[in-house]
Amino acid sequence: MTCVLSIKDLRKAYGDKIAVDRISFEVSRGEIVGLLGPNGAGKTTTISMILGVLQPDSGSIQVDGMDLAACRAPALGHTNFAAVYAPLPGNLTVRQNLRFFGLLYGVQGLSERIAALIGQFDLEKFRNVKCGVLSSGEQTRVALAKAMLNQPRLLLLDEPTASLDPVAAREIRARIRQFAVSGAGGVLWTTHNMIEVQDVCDRVLFLSHGRIMLEGNPKTLPQEHGQPTLEELFIAVAREPLTLEPT
Amino acid sequence: MTTTWFRPVLAVMLRYFYLLRGTPARWMPVFAWVAIDIVLWGFISKYLNSVAAAGLNFVPMLLGAVLLFDFFTRVMHGVAGVFLEDVWSRSFLNLFASPLTIPQYLLGLVVTSTATSLIGLMVMLVLATAIFGLSFFVYGLTLGPFLLILFLFGVSLGICTSAMVLRLGPSAEWLVWPVPAVISPFAGVFYPIAILPHWMQFVAKLVPVSYVFEGLRKIISGGTVPATSLLLGGGLAVIYVLLACWFFQRVFRHSVRTGILARYSAESLS
Repeated sequence: MTCVLSIKDLRKAYGDKIAVDRISFEVSRGEIVGLLGPNGAGKTTTISMILGVLQPDSGSIQVDGMDLAACRAPALGHTNFAAVYAPLPGNLTVRQNLRFFGLLYGVQGLSERIAALIGQFDLEKFRNVKCGVLSSGEQTRVALAKAMLNQPRLLLLDEPTASLDPVAAREIRARIRQFAVSGAGGVLWTTHNMIEVQDVCDRVLFLSHGRIMLEGNPKTLPQEHGQPTLEELFIAVAREPLTLEPT
Repeated sequence: MTTTWFRPVLAVMLRYFYLLRGTPARWMPVFAWVAIDIVLWGFISKYLNSVAAAGLNFVPMLLGAVLLFDFFTRVMHGVAGVFLEDVWSRSFLNLFASPLTIPQYLLGLVVTSTATSLIGLMVMLVLATAIFGLSFFVYGLTLGPFLLILFLFGVSLGICTSAMVLRLGPSAEWLVWPVPAVISPFAGVFYPIAILPHWMQFVAKLVPVSYVFEGLRKIISGGTVPATSLLLGGGLAVIYVLLACWFFQRVFRHSVRTGILARYSAESLS
């Protein structure tokens, strides 16, 4: 499978605190990779570096074969993201936000693309509503529609279903699964919902203290490490990361 | 550079157009404050005309100067105001994680400010001409270079103050608004630079708009503006625009390197 994200020896420190410590991994087209870890493990720092809003101290990031440091704009043109901590401007309507970001990403046939996404994410009745007055679940759907605008090769999702009800969350998971299965791109997904991870992810990376402690199939990984469930494995990694060898 | 390159520039403009269309309060800085200034200074000029010696006309001298300084202020606040919309709506992550480049972003700020400033200028011209009889034919063709110098210097300060807010965090917004007032004593809007103390005269020579107001007074008193003076003012303004763009780019890189951009609302001064 074609690699859409390749990270090598990525490191970031804030003063004495090492947030990300020489991690390396890849995401292939058609693959959903879960980035798991306790709070402060370095997940958001990693995503910020992939998004180009945080410069690594060392290491390299390649998006769809393009080096992010050397080809920032083209690489980001093949990327998109949705994160709970990055809401879309609340003073613009759904349609205005999608048009604004569609122009930023240079989307061709923008009006048709916006109409399709509004339909796909069930946003028809909110198209002329300002995003700031939508419920958090509705805002998440708008953020996901924005993330799909440019049909990215690399889709970064930071807790995308955190504020959704179970029905909406399942629909969103199915949609993202569909995106990956279609082979349009690869997905890097962070969440604390282990059931979701087992349901959606092809592979998971356990991050703790800025290092990848474990990597593997979420369905078989717990048994491989003597834990009954993925959640138990998560807790074990979070509590005693040093007992596990980094991959 | 293709038309595709300009699409993100258009996006920045379109976003502000949406905001203007959706919020009447945003029209206030576009023309309301400048209109109030014109009315206020128009009546002051008329009053001075009535008490001064016959033959003295304060309208082109005072009201014209106020109008031009307001245009400069409007451009400067316009650039910074469009930038501040991104601060207020906490859009930096979504914005700078897109393929938008800094030259495209800055051009978007400048073009948007140009459009709103021209609306403000039109309102001021109509009011000053219709109510107070200010004729811009008095200034002749020199008005073009005057406006260009004011515009460029406004752009440079707008970009520079935006960079400061990016560097220092959202609370540094208060640095933006008083900048024209800080510049005005050195600009010689109402008095010749020659009456300033020596050190202030030196600073004034580095302020491009001072050449505009010195020139304006020369024209009113029947003289002509030396081309070298306009070239000096224009040259300085161009240099400041280039320096401001360089400064913004440098602050942006620093913000990406230190994590200020990723954690902007935390106002960390790494």
